[in-house]
Amino acid sequence: MMIWVLRVVALLTVLFGTLLLRAEPSREIVVWHAYRGAEEAALREAVHRFNAAMPQWRITLLAIPYDAFTTKLTNAIPRGNGPDAFIAAHERIGAWSAGGLIDPLPADAARWAEGVFLPTTAAAVRANGTLWALPLTFKSLVLFYRRDLIATPPRTTAELLDAARRFSNPAAHRYGLAFEAASAYYAAPFLFGFGGGFCLDESHPNPCLDHPANRAALDYIARLVNQDHLVPDEATAAIVTQLFNDGNALFVINGPWFTGEITPGVPYGVALLPTLSETGQPLRPLLTVEGYFIARHNRTNRDGALAFGRFLADAEGARIRATIGNQPPALHAAYNDPAIAQNPLLATFRRQAEQAIPMSTQPAMQMLWEPLAGAIRTVLRGVADPATALAEAQRQFTIFSRPLPPAQNPVWFVLALLILAAAGVGYLIHYSRRTGLVAMVRRTPLPYLYLLPATLSLFILVFVPFAVGTAIAFFAHRAGEWHFVGFTNFISILSAADFPITDPLNFYFTLLVTIVWTLVNVLLHVSIGLLLAMLLRNEWLKLRGIYRMLLIVPWAVPNYITALIWKGMFNRQFGAVNSLLTLLGLEPISWFSSFWTAFAANVATNTWLGFPFMMVTALGALQAIPRELEDAAAVDGAGPLDRFRHVILPLLKPALLPAVILGSVWTFNMFNIIYLVSGGEPDGATDILISEAYKWAFQRQEQYGYAAAYATIIFLILLFFSRLTDRRTEGTT
Amino acid sequence: MKRKLFLRVFLTHLALIVACIVTLYPVLWVVKMALTPAQGFSLSVNPLPTVVSFDNFSAVVGTRAADGSWLFGRQFLNSIVISLATTLVGVTLATTAGYAFSRFVFPGRNLGMKLLLVSQMFPGVVMAIPLYILLDELHLLNSMTGLVLVYATTAIPFCVWMLKGYFDTIPKDLEEAAVMDGAGQWTIFTRIVLPLARPAIVVTALFSFMTAWNEFILAATFLSSETAFTLPVALQRYVGSFNTEWGHFAAGAIIVSVPVMALFFFLQKHLIGGLTAGGVKG
Repeated sequence: MMIWVLRVVALLTVLFGTLLLRAEPSREIVVWHAYRGAEEAALREAVHRFNAAMPQWRITLLAIPYDAFTTKLTNAIPRGNGPDAFIAAHERIGAWSAGGLIDPLPADAARWAEGVFLPTTAAAVRANGTLWALPLTFKSLVLFYRRDLIATPPRTTAELLDAARRFSNPAAHRYGLAFEAASAYYAAPFLFGFGGGFCLDESHPNPCLDHPANRAALDYIARLVNQDHLVPDEATAAIVTQLFNDGNALFVINGPWFTGEITPGVPYGVALLPTLSETGQPLRPLLTVEGYFIARHNRTNRDGALAFGRFLADAEGARIRATIGNQPPALHAAYNDPAIAQNPLLATFRRQAEQAIPMSTQPAMQMLWEPLAGAIRTVLRGVADPATALAEAQRQFTIFSRPLPPAQNPVWFVLALLILAAAGVGYLIHYSRRTGLVAMVRRTPLPYLYLLPATLSLFILVFVPFAVGTAIAFFAHRAGEWHFVGFTNFISILSAADFPITDPLNFYFTLLVTIVWTLVNVLLHVSIGLLLAMLLRNEWLKLRGIYRMLLIVPWAVPNYITALIWKGMFNRQFGAVNSLLTLLGLEPISWFSSFWTAFAANVATNTWLGFPFMMVTALGALQAIPRELEDAAAVDGAGPLDRFRHVILPLLKPALLPAVILGSVWTFNMFNIIYLVSGGEPDGATDILISEAYKWAFQRQEQYGYAAAYATIIFLILLFFSRLTDRRTEGTT
Repeated sequence: MKRKLFLRVFLTHLALIVACIVTLYPVLWVVKMALTPAQGFSLSVNPLPTVVSFDNFSAVVGTRAADGSWLFGRQFLNSIVISLATTLVGVTLATTAGYAFSRFVFPGRNLGMKLLLVSQMFPGVVMAIPLYILLDELHLLNSMTGLVLVYATTAIPFCVWMLKGYFDTIPKDLEEAAVMDGAGQWTIFTRIVLPLARPAIVVTALFSFMTAWNEFILAATFLSSETAFTLPVALQRYVGSFNTEWGHFAAGAIIVSVPVMALFFFLQKHLIGGLTAGGVKG
């Protein structure tokens, strides 16, 4: 007995002890980042040194996937769950400062930062006269070349194209220059080289996509790809890497991350992007500066967070990041260190940074990529000339960025909502009276008890968030600014006044695509899944277990990677599908250039991903059918097809119907596949409603209200659809 | 007769082999990328690896935290615990609810089934922010419990519909016989109905497990420490802003899919032999 008391006392002491330790003024400083590999190793080493030198603070790192980084910041910081500081690219400064996620650096840190950093990097992290981050390092495109194939890198594009012409042989898939020509980021050096660009800064909130110099640049790129065949068309990052590694590309325009993709042993060099012979101006890439930000609402002391930031940005941190992480430091003085100055890679990136254009911090910048990339691809496909394509891009930008609708007085809406709610409650009371619900519950509580747990969790975790989400649809949001606009978002979407009905961005066009997409997919899922399930249930079949397991593989492997493999299989030059077509004596197809082929590529991928689920469901459902029934039908002389149609299918229906109905709902909202495979190509034509909603939420300045209105409309459409199927099933049974 | 039977066996195998080839071709690519030490995304017609190296696997499995602890093991464990808990919670909630919908007639029954379907129609884009705020208010942020509840709730509607459909096909006379023998309601549910619904339970269990097992956006948003993260979060870290480490990602993807396939392999014997001749022999 005594021993037990002692044990309990000891346990309580330990518990309280840890609690007291926790309650001590927190010296822990949390820093979020998205670094990996060598860059993460460098950061960890810096933290290690700092923690050892400054015992009054303890830095804790949290590595977050890049895809979730911004979402996490925007969710966590306003609710006080954010980090003390974080490391990120500078281009969202405009949105983050307006959205209240970051604090400007205090005066003494700003004073220290004065004149210490490379000028372009210092300019990048400054907006509206305020310093928002300590610049750590920077990334831009440079020219990579095969040292075994060319001795000295070219200084001008004329030299580059000369060498490229001698090297290129499109028939053998050899290209003088490889880069992702269809990407706006990779095209940017040419826009700036011709004297064009985006014209976005604090005094010019509207870009100048339709600039004569940009037209010349697009014309130039299209000529390299389509006429001279010096640059591969439909080049993705994968193709660029592969061409370079196989010695089939002489030059590559790429960023510092490319060094990690070059096969060890391939001799390569890096050089500045050449001067454009047409204008005498250098090709100027965009510059991304990775900075150290102080999060607003941070939990603990700002002094420690700042101290670590300064350590990281200053000489010791810079040396660690350069030597371990291969990151060119933004710190000017770091280049006095011979180990850094004599590293050809770091030295080239530094000189390139001096000629680079820092990415604009204007929130409008985030909205520019989609229309500009669309214009480039239209020109590369030869569908439109640069002038028309850029004018269209400019028009799209104007529509996406138009001013928010005027605020409305929510009083009437709140009143209407209250009346609606009262009516709802009244109806519920009436309903329960009429059906005797309360008495029922009291008399036979059993079904309700069985339902209670599921109902509760669904109510709290699904219906409440949805109600809040729907409420957002009545607001307009951009860059931290919210106001109530009533039904304006819905009217704007449903009236579809911005685009003609034949335009892929028109709501009704997208709706039609979504419906066709859903029907085709569900049909294929069900028929293939059911067919395989019927084959697999034969008891005499050997290796049944193995087949079954192999056929669920598409469901088991994370679809992020398999969807991208499918996209690669549909590549025009290197994809397996076209190789198969050539083998059969057919012409290779440019899959993502026209609507139906791009749509077919999406459907093929989604069918591949989706049939195993239907197959497993059908396998389970088939078990509910007594074999005797079929045998009896067989004795009566029914053939296999008759048995399937008249015996199996009717009995399968109750168990399979939910999978079919829910499958259609899921397919209707299948965002991933569209995004990863066709990406909406061509010109957004294969986008479905949900991928439009995502674009409004994440690529067009976080217009959450508009996106939520889209989501609500999607919901209402599906609701309408389910009423229709209700009628049908009621009619048949 | 014998020749006809042989033809049938042959054609069935042929169809299944073709299906397996089409199914596995893209997966072989994942394997190839995982076994190739480079981090590129290779493209050619041949999906068989030309070099075999386990560097990517050892890099992924050997992931360590800053303090030297074995991060991969911890995150693998988190994933297993969260997914199994999701399966348990999801199947429990779904079997009870599915049973109620199938066996009882009560006011609100049709409405309830419809609401389940309706809950699947909310696009995720509007749900993430409110869900974050809600979990924060419930103090379930940064906890496994919160994540398990969210995942299980996501899986419930399909599971309930599936189970209700299956329960409907189980003849009621068995239960009536049990009532005659004096069995209680709960006994009937657990001892008679659940064992008979085994195939459907396997399907829903696999579905619940998968819902939790591959999800990373919510996990990365709700959880805030490396040791709490799940495997898909760690896997998604190989996708960067400018480029992706495909070798590591592919190796990770294979590691993530092996437990699912193993689970299915062991569960699939329960997929068969649930009901025979009206369930009497079951």
